[in-house]
Amino acid sequence: MYDFEYQRATSTDDATSRYSAAEDARFLAGGMTLIPVLKQRLDQPSDVVDLGDLDDMRGISEEGGAIVIKAMTTHHAVNTSDLVASKIPALAHLAGTIGDQMVRNRGTIGGSLANNDPAASYPCAVLALNATIKTDKREIAADDFFTGMFDTALDEGELILSVSFPIPEEAGYRHFPNPASRFPIVGSFVAKGSDGVRVAITGAGPCAFRVTEFEEALSGGLNPDAIRDIKVSDDGLNTDIHASAEYRAHLINVMTRRAMGE
Amino acid sequence: MLSIKMTVNGKEVSGEVEGRTLLVQFIRDHLGLTGTHVGCDTSQCGACTVHVNGRAVKSCSLLAAHVDGDTVDTIEGLADGDTLHPMQEAFRQHHALQCGFCTPGMVMSAIGIVNDNPDPSETEIREALEGNICRCTGYHNIVEAIDAAAKEMRA
Ligand SMILES: Cc1cc2nc3c(=O)[nH]c(=O)nc-3n(C[C@H](O)[C@H](O)[C@H](O)COP(=O)(O)OP(=O)(O)OC[C@H]3O[C@@H](n4cnc5c(N)ncnc54)[C@H](O)[C@@H]3O)c2cc1C
Ligand code: FES
Ligand code: FES
Repeated sequence: MYDFEYQRATSTDDATSRYSAAEDARFLAGGMTLIPVLKQRLDQPSDVVDLGDLDDMRGISEEGGAIVIKAMTTHHAVNTSDLVASKIPALAHLAGTIGDQMVRNRGTIGGSLANNDPAASYPCAVLALNATIKTDKREIAADDFFTGMFDTALDEGELILSVSFPIPEEAGYRHFPNPASRFPIVGSFVAKGSDGVRVAITGAGPCAFRVTEFEEALSGGLNPDAIRDIKVSDDGLNTDIHASAEYRAHLINVMTRRAMGE
Repeated sequence: MLSIKMTVNGKEVSGEVEGRTLLVQFIRDHLGLTGTHVGCDTSQCGACTVHVNGRAVKSCSLLAAHVDGDTVDTIEGLADGDTLHPMQEAFRQHHALQCGFCTPGMVMSAIGIVNDNPDPSETEIREALEGNICRCTGYHNIVEAIDAAAKEMRA
């Protein structure tokens, strides 16, 4: 790992001003992505601004029909939250499928969304539940947030503060894990809420995306038979040593049916 | 250089580290506690597992400076004199190790598993061991040891 200037933020304002004052800074949340990246010398920031002391960036609450999860909340905290389990059990389940216990004890929802790994678990939940991402500057709708592989709508130095998930009537998540890394090869999140049915997929493309053919077919209710014969195109899907684009397209249908309890 | 302080196995320790110094380097090279191993160095194998503020973490993936002021427990802090921790004793009784390289991380993870779930089923133990790789045992005896230790720790 190249050396860098380590800095510890004392407030969210302090974090963003340290970031802007530095030549080429990175925020450090759980470090479960950033530290391995630095160790492989894939990135060389001048400064690392640690958010670890910002307790006001941690916590889960219910506000006006939504579950609000602050950015520094760990996957473990989401997985074991009674509030999340009672209001959006599919989200608590999803958090429990991320990596392993050690990764869940450190990794955060803010870090996961900012990083936008093509196989990250949370993005499909954020899209399907039509969540809103709150930053130090603005609120970003889920449909505008994920812009490409490892790319988001965040500006340079913009800090995610929290994510607000409207509580759905019904939701489900299922994924087909890579047997070695446990990242989803394909994950599907299905939600029925006040804006109708939304289905979002992770792992299959450059970043999470919605499947409108499924959403239309499911407008009458979450019934696996309604999508059984819909073939999703493999155009633009990922091919790697783990799965071909064609296989991922197939898994999208299977995982979506399983997310509805099949 | 940064001055850091933490409580390791119940003792206050301090040291001077670079920003990039990893927790595992601080534990092994600065404190001489070489029970914590580096297996993969890519966050996959869990050989470097220690507890920070009571929770299992991969010490190869954390900066030492990031845990400044925190409480760290390593494999060396488990036994009480000659009396092994119930998890260590169960690994010994059930032959849950061969070369022993993964063992310190396995034991620290296993304690984390049982702390979160005092009465885990065999399937739950196998799933919870996701972050730890063993190249020798085939895991079977590790699962049995954790099951036995969980019973002992509940008693
Ligand atoms: C073995 C292993 C298995 C894994 N399996 C999975 C899996 O199955 N599914 C999954 O989704 N993930 C998985 N992960 C990744 C894990 O979820 C990470 O925790 C997550 O991607 C990043 O979160 P973090 O808090 O560790 O962020 P960090 O590594 O600290 O930061 C990641 C990036 O986000 C930026 N950042 C962090 N916080 C903020 C913020 N509040 N605002 C703006 N930018 C920010 C950082 O600057 C950095 O660029 C795995 C990781 C490992 C090591
Ligand atoms: S050495 Fe840390 S996970 Fe392998
Ligand atoms: S006992 Fe040899 S790696 Fe586990």
